[in-house]
Order: sequence, then C-alpha cells, then structure tokens
Amino acid sequence: MVAAMNGSAIAASGLRKAYKDKIVLDGIDLNVRTGTIFALLGPNGAGKTTTVNVLTTLLTPDAGKAVVAGHDVATETKAVRTAIGVTGQFASVDDLLTGAENLLLMADLLHLPKAEGKRIADRLLDRFDLVEAAGRLASSYSGGMRRKLDLAMTLVGKPQIIFLDEPTTGLDPRSRRIMWEIIRELVADGTTIFLTTQYLEEADQLADRIAVLDQGRLVAEGTADELKRRVPGSHVRLRFTDQYALDAAARVLHESTKDAEELTLRVPGDGGVRSLRALLDRLDAHSIEAEELSVHTPDLDDVFLALTGHARKEINAQ
Amino acid sequence: MNGISASLADSATMLRRNFRHTMRNPLALFNGIIMPLVLMFLMVYIFGDAFNVGVNYADYATPGLIITTICYGISPTAIAVNSDMTTGFINRLRVMQVSRGAVLNAHVIASTLRSLVAIALIIGVSFLMGFRPSASFTEWLGVIGIVALAVLAIGWLTIAFGLAAKSVESAGLIGVPLMILPFLSSAFVPADKMGAGARQFAEYQPFTSIIETLRGLLTGAPSAGSAMTAIAWCVGIALIGYLWARSTFTKRG
Repeated sequence: MVAAMNGSAIAASGLRKAYKDKIVLDGIDLNVRTGTIFALLGPNGAGKTTTVNVLTTLLTPDAGKAVVAGHDVATETKAVRTAIGVTGQFASVDDLLTGAENLLLMADLLHLPKAEGKRIADRLLDRFDLVEAAGRLASSYSGGMRRKLDLAMTLVGKPQIIFLDEPTTGLDPRSRRIMWEIIRELVADGTTIFLTTQYLEEADQLADRIAVLDQGRLVAEGTADELKRRVPGSHVRLRFTDQYALDAAARVLHESTKDAEELTLRVPGDGGVRSLRALLDRLDAHSIEAEELSVHTPDLDDVFLALTGHARKEINAQ
Repeated sequence: MNGISASLADSATMLRRNFRHTMRNPLALFNGIIMPLVLMFLMVYIFGDAFNVGVNYADYATPGLIITTICYGISPTAIAVNSDMTTGFINRLRVMQVSRGAVLNAHVIASTLRSLVAIALIIGVSFLMGFRPSASFTEWLGVIGIVALAVLAIGWLTIAFGLAAKSVESAGLIGVPLMILPFLSSAFVPADKMGAGARQFAEYQPFTSIIETLRGLLTGAPSAGSAMTAIAWCVGIALIGYLWARSTFTKRG
C-alpha cells in the first residue's frame, strides 16, 4: 500500500457516518505516522468514539476509506484486527475475574501456548505494578488500576497500533500521570498510539500531532505549539473594587483589555512568577490596588472558541 | 489453527469464564432455585388442596414448576450478556477476532446448565412433596428433550434481549413477563377454569403446550399433538432469539 510505504500507520479520507438524520462524522481525513502519538481532541459528542470505532473495524462508515497498518478496514478486517489493540472508553475488564485471570483470558483467546500466556501475563502485571493485586477480583480495583489492567489486556496481543479512547477520563491526577508515563513508554518501543481526549493538557503532554474534532469535523490539526499559537494566549485577570481603580490600571497597563461591567482587566502574559511580580510592581508604583488576581491558561474552551468561533457544546454521545 | 477448532477453543475458553462467574456470584444461581422452591411450597402445600384439578396436585404442578424454574433463573443471563455489551467487553472480543459463536454459545450453554441444575433440584424436592410420575424411561428422555428445548428457546431470546437492552437495569426486566407468563398458562390451574380472555390466552400461549406435553409424558399419557405444538414453539422462539442475538452482536458498536 502507498500509505504504508509513506510510514503511515493510519490513513483515512472522507469518513462519514450518520445515525438517522444526526451526522456524527462529516468527512474526516486523518494521517498518523508510524511510531508517533496522535491525539484526537474534542468535547463529548464530537465524534471521537465513532472515529475510533470506524478505524478499529467495529463500525462501517457510510462513506470514505480508512487504511490501518496498511490494510483497508472495510475489506481486510482480519488483517487490521491482528495489528491493532483497542482500549475503550470504559475500562472493559471482567469484574468477576482476577487481574491475572483477565490477562490469561486474553492470552487464551489469542491462542497463545499456556506457558507463553503465563509469561506475558506475569510480565505485564509486573510492568504495570499490579503484581500484588493480581490475585484479587477486578471489581475491587481502583479506577487507575482498572485502566492499567485494561491497557495490559490490550497489550497481551502485542499490537503495532493502539487505540486509546479517553484513557484518563475520570482518573485522579496521580493515576493520570502514571498512565501518561505508560503511554510514552509504549511509543518508545515503536508502537503507534491513537488517543482521544477531552483535555488539551493531555494532548499537549503526549501527542506529536493533535487534531481538533468539533461536531463531526476536524477544525484544526497540527503540533501542540501550532495549535496554541492559534489560541489567544494565557492572561492574568485583575479585579478592582471601583471604576476609578480600573481606569487607572488600564492607563498603566496599555496592552490590557477592560471589562467595565465586571470591573476586570485582562492582561496578556504567561502567568509566570517573574511576569506576575513585574505586573504587581507596576501597579504598586502607581499606588493602584487590585482586589483579586487570577491566572488563566488556554484550555479546551479557549481552543474551541478560537478555532470554531463558538463555545464547545455538550452533545450527548450516542 | 483452522476456523472450526479456533471457534471450539474460544467457546471452551469463554465457557470456563462463564462458569467462574457462576461460582463467584452464587446468589444468581441461589435466587434461581430458592424462588421456584418458595413457589412450590406455596402452590402445593398452601393452595394445592383447594384447587380441584382432578389429580394429585404435586403431579399436576411439577411440570409447570419446571418451566417456572427456567423463567426465574434467566435474569442473570440477560444481565451478564448486557454487561458484556455495555462495558465494551464484547467490542474488545470483536477486535480480537473472537468468533461471535464462541461468545454467545458460551452464554447459552452456561445458562442452560444453570437451569438444568435448578430443575434437577426442583424435581428432587417435588418427589418429597408427593410427586409420583408414572413415566417410562423413554418418556423421561422425552421430558429431558422438551425441557432442553424450552431452556434453549428462552435462553436465546434472553440473550438477544440482553444484547439489545440499553442498560443492565432494562436487561433485567425480561424476567418480569417471564415470571408472570406461567401463571397465565396451565402451569398451576387448568386453562378452562380461567375467566374469558385469560382462558383463550392461556390455551394458545407457548408455555401451555410445553407444560401439557411435559404433564402428558410424566403421567405416562403423552399427547403427540401438544408435543408437536410445543416443539414448534420452542424451535421458533429459539430461532428468532438466535437471529436477533446474532444481528445485534454484529451491529452494536
């Protein structure tokens, strides 16, 4: 395949999917290079899971073509399935089996010899720090442990390409960091990762390239830095007690924008300690006192606002 | 590994998993046995003598209780299948190339074996309560055949329902009509003693022909007519359930 020779792990063009009259995917083009992390960023209902389901052969698109690991998802389902691993949006572990049994179940279904299955299961338990919990039922696991077990189950088949649908949604910050670490290690081993996320920070931390999905369309694609350049930068917001102080501050801080109703001033800046100190020093020098200060960094809402011209809408996923 | 042996190996693997589930969630099996037992005590000990059915009431009620036992024990199957679907476990298996047959067959076999264990217990207790069948060896084989067919029919329908249901809660609802239907059949009182409407419903609904067939076999007076009707119902329901389950399994993403 041409795509495979170009080093593409995933190539899709013109993917469309509608349920009755509701358009879920409205012409999606994707290209993911082998050995990289690609993040599909978007709010609930944007079409992230549908995209994953199409690319992983679980759903047939109404139109368009997708080639995964050099095979057409529509006609070479078997070859695609052999090359990929999928970790769904909800940790799909078997609650009534232990961690070790879950992994051995995967090994059996992949028809691995017993000894090899056992060896792989032990190695994955060790790698994901689940050795102590290996003999306990998965129903007793914490959210972070379930996600790790879920991913470990996907890895039993040694996939070349791994799809992770919102791998850290609902996890506490510590578990999220552990998951990020695991994902980075996978790519270091040469695996290609396609992940979906609602968090700009997650895409920023992990992805080589990010595509922003909104209501079934890709509204932007690029590296994290390229995307951020298109988003209004971080800013500091100062709130004042009265109109007089607000006006005085606006005169001193030329680059700022004033909101007279809210009595706030929006000052562009990265929110770092050094620039904050300089900002406060300037106000002090003019004897202006701010009542409240807050630092804002661009989040998904800002990205959306900048890229789509509308705030992100929550649409219930089908 | 070729297709058939791979499918057999997968079926065995999935069946082992479902057995583990049953052993680790004994409450499901227990509910499926305790409820029919309570019903048996109520019907045979408390109400039985007041019903004038023309024969020993334990002999009359046992065939109905056999079918009721299937109905009372089936909810866990719907719930198990639905939770496999809604948690994404089935999607995981689909991406792994595990055959559709393996996943669904394992659920049907596990469900059938659970039902048969419960039915064996119920028949055992019914002997203690005065059940005295006069069936010959071949008639007992017929009983086993009809019971197995009924279990398969209800099993496939339940699995299809479990796959199609949006949530575990709604999957469990399949048990409700199944628990009521035996009362609207000739399970506990003859249909011709019911009020108009209920009588016609009871006469023509599938459970009545299945129960009448079992009753005939167990009392040594089998009726070929009701047996044909019962077999036709069971095969028809099983087929509809199977086809519905198959298409839902493939479609739902």
